[in-house]
Amino acid sequence: MDTLLAVRARGITKSFGDVVALDGVDLDVTPGQIHGLVGPNGAGKTTLLGLLLGLAVADSGSLDILGTPVGRTLDAPDGVAGFVDGPGLYPSLTARQNLAALAALRGDDARTTAIDDALAQVGLTDVADERARGFSLGMRQRLGLAAALLTKPRLLVLDEPSNGLDPAGKKHVHGVLTRLATDGTGVVLSSHRMDDVEALCSDVTLLATGRVVFSGPLSKLADEEQELDYRIRTSDAPAARQLAAETPGIRLVDDAGVRHDAQVLLVRALVPALDELMVRLVQAGVAVRELSPLVSPLEAAFLALTEPEEAGR
Amino acid sequence: MTAALTHAQARGAGARRASVARCYRFELVKLVSQWRIRLLVLACWIVPALFVAGVSQQSTLPVDTLFGRWMHATGWAGPLVVLGFAGTWALPLLTSVVAGDVFAAEDRLGTWRHLLVAVRSPRRIFAGKAFASLTVLLLLVAGLACSSAAGGVVAVGNQPLVGLDGHLLTPADAAVKVLLAWVCVLAPTLALAGIGLLGSVALGRSPMGLLLPVLVALAMQLAQMMPLPVAVRLALPSYAFIAWNGLFTGPAQLAPLLIGTGVSLAWAVLATALAYLLFLRRDFTNLSDDGSGRRAVTAGVLPLIGLVAVTVAVLTTSITATATATGSGIGQEKVQSSVATAFAHLYRMQTEQLHRPAVTEDRLRATATCNKGGLQVAAQGPGNDWRCVVSWHLPGVQAAGQAIYQLDVTPDGRFMADGDGPKEVNGYFLVRTPEGDTPNPLWQFDGNVELLSTPKG
Repeated sequence: MDTLLAVRARGITKSFGDVVALDGVDLDVTPGQIHGLVGPNGAGKTTLLGLLLGLAVADSGSLDILGTPVGRTLDAPDGVAGFVDGPGLYPSLTARQNLAALAALRGDDARTTAIDDALAQVGLTDVADERARGFSLGMRQRLGLAAALLTKPRLLVLDEPSNGLDPAGKKHVHGVLTRLATDGTGVVLSSHRMDDVEALCSDVTLLATGRVVFSGPLSKLADEEQELDYRIRTSDAPAARQLAAETPGIRLVDDAGVRHDAQVLLVRALVPALDELMVRLVQAGVAVRELSPLVSPLEAAFLALTEPEEAGR
Repeated sequence: MTAALTHAQARGAGARRASVARCYRFELVKLVSQWRIRLLVLACWIVPALFVAGVSQQSTLPVDTLFGRWMHATGWAGPLVVLGFAGTWALPLLTSVVAGDVFAAEDRLGTWRHLLVAVRSPRRIFAGKAFASLTVLLLLVAGLACSSAAGGVVAVGNQPLVGLDGHLLTPADAAVKVLLAWVCVLAPTLALAGIGLLGSVALGRSPMGLLLPVLVALAMQLAQMMPLPVAVRLALPSYAFIAWNGLFTGPAQLAPLLIGTGVSLAWAVLATALAYLLFLRRDFTNLSDDGSGRRAVTAGVLPLIGLVAVTVAVLTTSITATATATGSGIGQEKVQSSVATAFAHLYRMQTEQLHRPAVTEDRLRATATCNKGGLQVAAQGPGNDWRCVVSWHLPGVQAAGQAIYQLDVTPDGRFMADGDGPKEVNGYFLVRTPEGDTPNPLWQFDGNVELLSTPKG
């Protein structure tokens, strides 16, 4: 079986007048992969997502979606669903009516069971017959996702799907996206929430001023990063502090200004040095109760890769 | 797990567009789900009946509105009164609310991208929206017509209707002509709907887009009140809102009606086509761009101005052969003929009311001598200073009867004749009949002058 990419973009350029929104962007998304698009405001994320949805056509470059070359606007192949700049919902219709109208529009099977199933997946069963006018942002996001699910997409394109979600809503959305990816759907999502991207995405593309500054697996991004700050909680803080000071590559960080906790140690290190510290702590009989980066690797990379460009303007 | 895409799957993955029929149904669902549209539908199907029934029971009738003075006499006057009001206010407002908002609503809700991804064809979106708004408009107009007719017939009865030249239409004729009159105003309503679509596309979220049909209708009504040349008057689609008057004369004044309908349809087609072209050119990738802009407005306005110019030129050329295209179309001989004809028909009616020996219009040989503002002023054009002396003959009576009328002739050719005596004929609003006092048909009556016709004789 010859496998194709869900998205294959090469040298995509798109300008709006004098503003270059995308400048030679490459992007590969395989079926079954959740791919994150990260970048500061104005980086070109929404423009790129719009191209994937067929809302615009690139000025130059080639774009294949689900194995089909995309030419004209709105020529994106069937099987692509999603939204940019928030889901489009009609406030005078109920959640169920929104989905039924959309299903009827697409000529899809608009059976009650299919709509009920989509609503259940995103956790909106209880408000299925309420008008969308009264929905919160998080509920609108989930209903937008349900609308996309109805089309049984093979490529799902989502712009900031986690906006406004409460923990329960976030759990629903993450569950849906993970299931879709498991079933072979390619998912491309943009987000400013690094925890979401790290929790969901296997691969990530960082955009800054329309250019790709990084593209690849999240793990590779973390490896390439500089030293990170870590928060370590142990059973014996003085001993741990002593061991950290003695471990090569570990620097103790002044925690002034950080909420004081006598059991917590802040260190700055590369991953290998941190591994060595963990080994030493265990050998010394000091229990490690918590180890977490103060800033996530993705966020650190995001700041490192994008701030220089912003500073250079 | 099927985390792979094969060439076979890719080959079957062409863009699937929603059909026009599905888009139409989708747009219709959205429109009908709006409370304001539901309220409008209810209002259009209920309020006219209540209005006509209520007014018909009042002692004071809306005599300033065409056929208003006959609302006590027949149920068929009610729908024509409502039609006159609808042409002035209701239909422009309805087209504004329905067609003037059908595109702008997507901007307001931020749903364009959602819709485009679902449908994948701006052309079909446009067609769906245009047909859906047209359907709702037709439903509203049908409601106005049916409701007002039902209210009139139920409250007053299925009686003969007095036409604009005084002749009596049987109830069946009246029903058919009322229906035709409502059908005729669909053409200018479509023109306003086209302008509404154009405004909705060209002006985006601006409130001006919503108000455009009302503003255009208002401007054209003001123009119709001005002493414009006939060719210019007929070149505006608003003339079709009053051209149905010609259906209620014998013979029917069809030329202005057909021209007005043709002009209105041309406006509807051109405005819709312009809206379509502007819509296809819109860039939906930029959220801050709602399609409005100086170029869009210019591209929408200039062709319509061009259409007016071409229509005026064509009408001027074609009308000059039969009438004065550059004049008001209201001349002395036409006014005299209209007044004499209406008087003869109504005199016959009065004769029947008084149980006098029957007399036909031919035997009455009614004539009118009219002047305007005294002898110093040329007897032509609109004005409230027309004065007519009507003369008639009764069989077996040597002397001719005479009655005086003051006329208020409006620029669109409609006039209201106010009797000045003698009292026994047209000087008092009641006549004494064996059954009691009844309204005097000769006291005041409405009529119209066909602007396009050539003077007889």
